Amino acid sequence: MIPSYDSSMILAILPEILLLAFAGLILAIDLIWRPSKQHNLGWISAGGFLVILVVTILFSRPEPAEGLIFGGMLRHDWPAFTFKLIFLFAAGITSLLSADVRSAWGKGEYYALIAVTTLGMNMMAASSDLIMLYLAIETTSIPMYILAGFLKVDEKSTESGLKYFLFGAFTSAIMLYGFTLLFGFTGKTNIYQLAEALQAGELSPWVLGGSAILVLVGFGFKVSAVPFHFWSPDVYEGAPTPITAYISTASKAAGFVVLVRVMLAAFPAITEYWSSILAAMAVASMTLGNLIALAQKNIKRLLAYSSIAHAGYALIGLVALSSFGAASLIFYLVAYVVTNLAAFAVVILFARAAGSEEISDYAGLSRRSPGLALALLVAFLSLAGMPPLAGFVGKFYVFAAAVQSDLIWLAFIGVINAIIGLYYYLTVLKVVYLYRSEDEEVPIPVSRPASLALVVCVLAIVLIGSLSGPWLDWAVDAAQSLF
Amino acid sequence: MDFPFLSVITFIPIVTGLLLLLLPAERKNAIRWVALSAASLALLFSVWVYFSYDTSLGGYQFEEQYTWIEQIGVSYHVGVDGMSLPLVLLTGIVMFTGVLISWGVDDRPREFFAFLFILATGVFGVFVALDLFMLFFFYEIAVFPMYLLIAIWGWKVTREYAAMKLTLYLFIGSVVALVGALAIYFTADMQSFDLLELEQAGLSTAFQRFWFPFVFFGFAVLGGIFPVHNWSPDGHVAAPTAVSMFHAGVLMKLGAFAALRVGIMLLPEGAQFWSPLILILATVNVVYGAFIASVQTDFKYVIGFSSVSHMGLVMLGFATLNRQGLTGAGIQMFSHGVMTALFFAVVGMVYDRAHTREIPKLGGFRKFMPLVAISFIIGGLVSMGMPGFSGFIAEFPIFLGLWQKAPIVAIIAVLGIVITAGYIMRVIRGVFFGEVPKEFEGHITPINTFDKVALYLLSGILILVGVYPAVIAPMIETGAISILRLVGGA
Repeated sequence: MIPSYDSSMILAILPEILLLAFAGLILAIDLIWRPSKQHNLGWISAGGFLVILVVTILFSRPEPAEGLIFGGMLRHDWPAFTFKLIFLFAAGITSLLSADVRSAWGKGEYYALIAVTTLGMNMMAASSDLIMLYLAIETTSIPMYILAGFLKVDEKSTESGLKYFLFGAFTSAIMLYGFTLLFGFTGKTNIYQLAEALQAGELSPWVLGGSAILVLVGFGFKVSAVPFHFWSPDVYEGAPTPITAYISTASKAAGFVVLVRVMLAAFPAITEYWSSILAAMAVASMTLGNLIALAQKNIKRLLAYSSIAHAGYALIGLVALSSFGAASLIFYLVAYVVTNLAAFAVVILFARAAGSEEISDYAGLSRRSPGLALALLVAFLSLAGMPPLAGFVGKFYVFAAAVQSDLIWLAFIGVINAIIGLYYYLTVLKVVYLYRSEDEEVPIPVSRPASLALVVCVLAIVLIGSLSGPWLDWAVDAAQSLF
Repeated sequence: MDFPFLSVITFIPIVTGLLLLLLPAERKNAIRWVALSAASLALLFSVWVYFSYDTSLGGYQFEEQYTWIEQIGVSYHVGVDGMSLPLVLLTGIVMFTGVLISWGVDDRPREFFAFLFILATGVFGVFVALDLFMLFFFYEIAVFPMYLLIAIWGWKVTREYAAMKLTLYLFIGSVVALVGALAIYFTADMQSFDLLELEQAGLSTAFQRFWFPFVFFGFAVLGGIFPVHNWSPDGHVAAPTAVSMFHAGVLMKLGAFAALRVGIMLLPEGAQFWSPLILILATVNVVYGAFIASVQTDFKYVIGFSSVSHMGLVMLGFATLNRQGLTGAGIQMFSHGVMTALFFAVVGMVYDRAHTREIPKLGGFRKFMPLVAISFIIGGLVSMGMPGFSGFIAEFPIFLGLWQKAPIVAIIAVLGIVITAGYIMRVIRGVFFGEVPKEFEGHITPINTFDKVALYLLSGILILVGVYPAVIAPMIETGAISILRLVGGA
């Protein structure tokens, strides 16, 4: 019997409570402060996320014995805890990066929405009940739609918000249909009880497989895996860049934690079936994402396609269907999140100084700002999977997991894709380091919040890459409670 | 605890590289001096280690081991044996002379030396690695900076193309080898990436035969084996002088060495099975490479293809899987590294002054730079395998070994040496002798002291090894013997 309430459960959802309070607090500060001070909201918001991060580490750490809480609505475990930290970290960095975006100045609601969407992600990471899960996904998505369309005067941003909303609403409706089918067949909504009911074997695998596919549509949208990726390039391009950074990192990671948890927990009866679907999705995502990225001229679109490809690499970890595979997925996501945040930080700073997101305009960046060029070098090499950076170790573990599970063909497709990826990352670096431009003498100003964000991310990339032991331990611990 | 020599050698370059990035970019001379001191330090340490190695004991010495990633059994494990130690020394030499030769780099020297030094750390790391994961880790570090070094500082005409081609070739090779390495790790099922432990894994014959080509040829791409040698001449030519020296002198050895360490030593039965194929391909390397070199009119392309030809001899030595062949291959790696570094240094000095590398347009350079001419001739004699120079010490045992294994291959491969003599003489005559074209009269500046030091050092080593082979042969022989213990054909 799952206890419905216990006072210790409050500690488990402490981060979420704090996030909600924090969202309200920001709105209040926004009302009270004079407009001249309001550009400090970025600092405040980042500070708030940092405090919540620390509090989470100190008080919300799951006990080994703890499991389902609040009547089975949530699960307080290592994967949830780990991902909460990832989301809070990404939210903090996003706030720092937003401090420079003029349209977010003096807009308390911008930061409040980030806090709310982070709250939704935290719930996604912990949900163990279909109803809770659906609520969490919507709590994440709706603020995200608004944020994507936040630049009201910018047509692209509005388009981005609308597109994101339409795709999101459509796929979540399909996912919800899948949820109702599962409930209809079993009478359960808790994903752990679902598994028991489904494993009884009374249900035809076809029906079960069908509902699994419907559910996968919603998750596939969240992680932007092919064939549910169509929204991402346009949304990434149009949204305010810090929000793009956030969508491409935290939101994707949130999609992954749900995907991993639900698939492993609810559908063990048809593992072979969904894992082959996911393997196909992984191959398609890597290949299509990388190939289309080759042709991109806009850096945000390039990163959009690259993020589709990265979803594919991460999926390999799940397809491996092993504890090490799940650990490699978690590790990969951590590496990817810090790396992509660093890449977007450079994009934001450059766009603010040069007013352009075209790759060709990055010419001469290494002369205009050697530091920024170096940060981009580190981020892109990490995305390409070069040591001693985080991306290398991430890819290494994912491919290792594939080889361990005798999926050597999948590892080969992965490494071939890594080569295609290297090509377009190098193409950008070539423009940055090799080509010259007329504005070479014009330096690029780097504001304090942005440089802090950049330094943190670059250090994290190098640290995770060169000393990956403790991080892997952590990922392995987290992965074990998924099985 | 003993002084961690190998770690110090490995990390001096990268630490210096990062420090350089912190210096202000305008202080170019300070940057050069910092780079030179770091390179000298690394060279001194490698010389010290080289002469402290006890050849009577053999095996791995100067070992250090620390846990790195405990979960999957990765440790930071370094050590050198008779095969790898000369290569560490070689890297030290090439790094030192490379910095000397690059004194004239004026476009962002800070970044140039930083990237060059990151590369050097990768190279040292691979040569001293005794852990499979670590070997990969450093291998990739060594491959990547090459791209920037060639693309930014290279020859304007082909640098973008050549840099991309090189990087993609090498990356493809290394990731294919990576999958093979992972297969070895999981099949051995020892929860360890340690090379010494994996050597004892007792992998099945079928497994070894299946995976050997992936691992061996994956790495051998960087060793320039036919038919995936194509990146190398283009890369050599497009690279700036110091990078060409590094590239042909050290990086190609990196590929050959990793193919030996991972391919042959971990999968010895696979090596036995596939050695005929390696023999054939490497013979093509030797003969075909020499042929192509002999029809080039561009000075640097001649040397570029000669590297392909000479690396073929290294691969031939490996494929013999006997004592003479392996010893010869080891000496050849060292000798070719020094020789080709010397060649590229000379090409760079000529090109910087003549602004052309077309052999028909050059001539009479011995008048302007006699020392350069003499050095090139010494390198040429090494290249032809003339007794008294290091090339002979290397090639003679290779052919001895080859004769035992497959006499017909030995006969064909010797052709390569003959052709080599032909094109080397042609270059010497075309560039250093004959009439001085009118446009060069009075425009050729002499080389500076840094260049001279580099040339003296490189040609001195070639002669030293040639007249006193005991300085290197016994050491490499201990390495060859320990490889043969694994292959089982001693």
